[in-house]
Amino acid sequence: MAAGNNLAVEMKGITKRFPGVIANDKVDFELEKGEIHALLGENGAGKTTLMNCLYGFLNADEGEIFINNKKVEVTDPNVAISHGIGMVHQHFMLVPPFTVTENIVLGKEPTKNNMIDYKTANQNVRDISKQYGLNVEPTAKVQDISVGMQQRVEILKALYRGADILILDEPTAVLTPQEVKELVKIMESLTDEGKSIIFITHKLKEVKSIADRVTVIRSGKLIDTVKTDTVTTNDLANMMVGREVILEVEKKEANPGEVVLEVEDLYAKNERDLMALNGTSFSVRRGEILGIAGVDGNGQTELTEVLSGLRKKEKGTIKFKGREITKPQTKRLFEEGISHIPEDRQKRGLIMEFKLYENLILGRHDRKPYASGINLNNKKIKEEARRLIEDFDIRTPSETVQAKSLSGGNQQKLIIAREFDRKPDLLIAAQPTRGIDVGAIEYIHNSLITQRDNNKAILLISLELDEILSLSDRVAVIYEGKIVDILDIGDATEEKLGLMMAGAESEEEPEGGGQVG
Amino acid sequence: MLANLTALLSTTLRMATPLILAALGGMFSERSGVINIALEGIMLIGAFTAMAGSYFFSPWIGVLGAVIVGMIIAAAHALVSISFRADQIVSGTAINIFAAGITGFLLRLIFGDAGQSPSVQDVGTWKIPFIKNIPVIGGVFGEQIPFVYIALILVAVSYWILFKTPFGLRIRSVGEHPAAADSVGINVIGMRYIAVIMSGFFAGLAGASLSIGLLDLFVKNMSSGRGFIALAAMIFGRWTPHGAMLAALLFGFADALQMLAQTIGLTFVPRQFLLMAPYILTILALTGVIGRSTPPAADGEPYIKEEV
Repeated sequence: MAAGNNLAVEMKGITKRFPGVIANDKVDFELEKGEIHALLGENGAGKTTLMNCLYGFLNADEGEIFINNKKVEVTDPNVAISHGIGMVHQHFMLVPPFTVTENIVLGKEPTKNNMIDYKTANQNVRDISKQYGLNVEPTAKVQDISVGMQQRVEILKALYRGADILILDEPTAVLTPQEVKELVKIMESLTDEGKSIIFITHKLKEVKSIADRVTVIRSGKLIDTVKTDTVTTNDLANMMVGREVILEVEKKEANPGEVVLEVEDLYAKNERDLMALNGTSFSVRRGEILGIAGVDGNGQTELTEVLSGLRKKEKGTIKFKGREITKPQTKRLFEEGISHIPEDRQKRGLIMEFKLYENLILGRHDRKPYASGINLNNKKIKEEARRLIEDFDIRTPSETVQAKSLSGGNQQKLIIAREFDRKPDLLIAAQPTRGIDVGAIEYIHNSLITQRDNNKAILLISLELDEILSLSDRVAVIYEGKIVDILDIGDATEEKLGLMMAGAESEEEPEGGGQVG
Repeated sequence: MLANLTALLSTTLRMATPLILAALGGMFSERSGVINIALEGIMLIGAFTAMAGSYFFSPWIGVLGAVIVGMIIAAAHALVSISFRADQIVSGTAINIFAAGITGFLLRLIFGDAGQSPSVQDVGTWKIPFIKNIPVIGGVFGEQIPFVYIALILVAVSYWILFKTPFGLRIRSVGEHPAAADSVGINVIGMRYIAVIMSGFFAGLAGASLSIGLLDLFVKNMSSGRGFIALAAMIFGRWTPHGAMLAALLFGFADALQMLAQTIGLTFVPRQFLLMAPYILTILALTGVIGRSTPPAADGEPYIKEEV
């Protein structure tokens, strides 16, 4: 461990505290020159915090940082940038109405007579984009380009500033499988050019296929740093979670019954008043899980909202249990037997300031046994809440704490307890496991399967292709508000779905890979 | 008829001037992500300061004073809304109420009058050689109060700053996506302070144009909603200098029409309706009836660094 060797970054004993939590507890981290190093951990394990300390977005409370064997106080991003560190954030740090070039040169603009020299700027962007094989259109506005291209712009932004060390925060989350392959190629060409890459992820498969070494963090503590070819995915899962994990969801063959939900030619607009659903059609049967796969922003949100009465449809029919619902209103749908796990649990799923027992009866609060006349029967409500907390394994000191005091996974279980307890005929699950820990994910996956086996119809809308593949009985791919095709799970391979997610029909050749969303 | 037309256009330009100036100020502030409804109050205080400066010293010292005081008050708005992250509308409203109070108080204290100040020396007019000899155009542009020319020049300068310089790109980035700006090392807080203080410069100048440009005295509450109309012009002009100028000219035209109708005794439209015109246009602009416009994405949102 002698210093002065081949280390691009060395972080020693990094501790970062937030009110009430220790996000990083004496974490050591080393990045060798020219390697791709994965930083693996569950959501909330402290991966991003550690990297934000390295990039200067946050200041560590304790610990030392060495960059190229020199001790550096990284007080803000400028310091990191001047030492050759570049970060590609999970949520892109791009200004949508600006052009690609403007985004890349922002803060370091070439000038001529006090004015931005756009000609030189565009040329610079073309030069580096060529050098590293990152294809972008310098004069296109960021809001008009695909997510894949936006990511390339982010990488170029770092390279333009002379970055030798790149931090990529969950870079594959928003990409189709084909785009992921392209990204891996880019990463390899970058390391060939002598760059070093830190790659934050919670996806085990990627660690094995992309990284040279991996550092695992759990609950803010360093677990180990190992070479990826010396461990299996199961080993990594165990290190990440701290116990045996069953990666495969076990389920029986589906036994679908009659059609419960039939959606035909549905149109709806998004927040920006543009058509987001463009004639979506599909149906869901009892006893099956229909998965909706697609890249973020292809109408998933709008579909969920229309089906749960939160958004107006422009056109099309929705048939539920054989009857047409002409005016989908939340209350009515709810009473008909549709339950909904919203994609944003904090915004739509729970009232964060309300106590657990209050959250657990939302929507049923006006009925017996929870209400009698105009009064709430709090005794009965709390009793029921205790039962649900027990049944759904919600980890909480009591039913009287606020929803916001629970972890993400337990918040999600709270919603699931409320929605399942209503014994719906159709369950719409939108991103049911987004941003929660592996234990809660396992639990939620198993309960969805149980509901299916109890002859419920389940519509699963998820951006995680692995989740879709492991739970669904049929997979519908949505692209630009239209269902491209619906495949039986036996026919649905990652490859095929990936092409369809980029808009290609299942039988046809793909066109222009990266142009999505 | 031609004389009327010339008078109409000339008055339009003159009445639009305070609006153009204040709208430019609002634009810089909002482009950086800070809503500044204090334009109204800053204008009023600017108007008072300019009058007082002219009374005690000279008109141009008054203008200088108005601009400086405008920047100081804008700095207070910046402190409250950027550093303390208070509600920007509440801060702006407080400044507007303060402005009405302090100018009324000082008017009584210094000049012993509750309604208006004595007449002071105004900034006069500038004559532009050659142009003033061209028919109609000469009548409109040939001889105007200096603020008219200053405003038109500042429209061009503002456009250049906002869209051609690194500084402008950074201001806009901070108003659209402050975290992105921060991530490339731009000082978000600093940029916002500069932009808000710039808005005070413009609003102070707009105030001076009211008291010692259009008139030669200060009248209690003489900004009479112009700060808000300027904000409407800014929105209507989609947060661009040239757009704001055109919108301000439209409002100015409504004003001029109303004044002309009075002088030549037009009676087929009741005067009250013409008086209403600028305000109705404002409401229409604000409700998006005349074309929808999207504000900077982070407009009105304090910037807090990401946690956890």
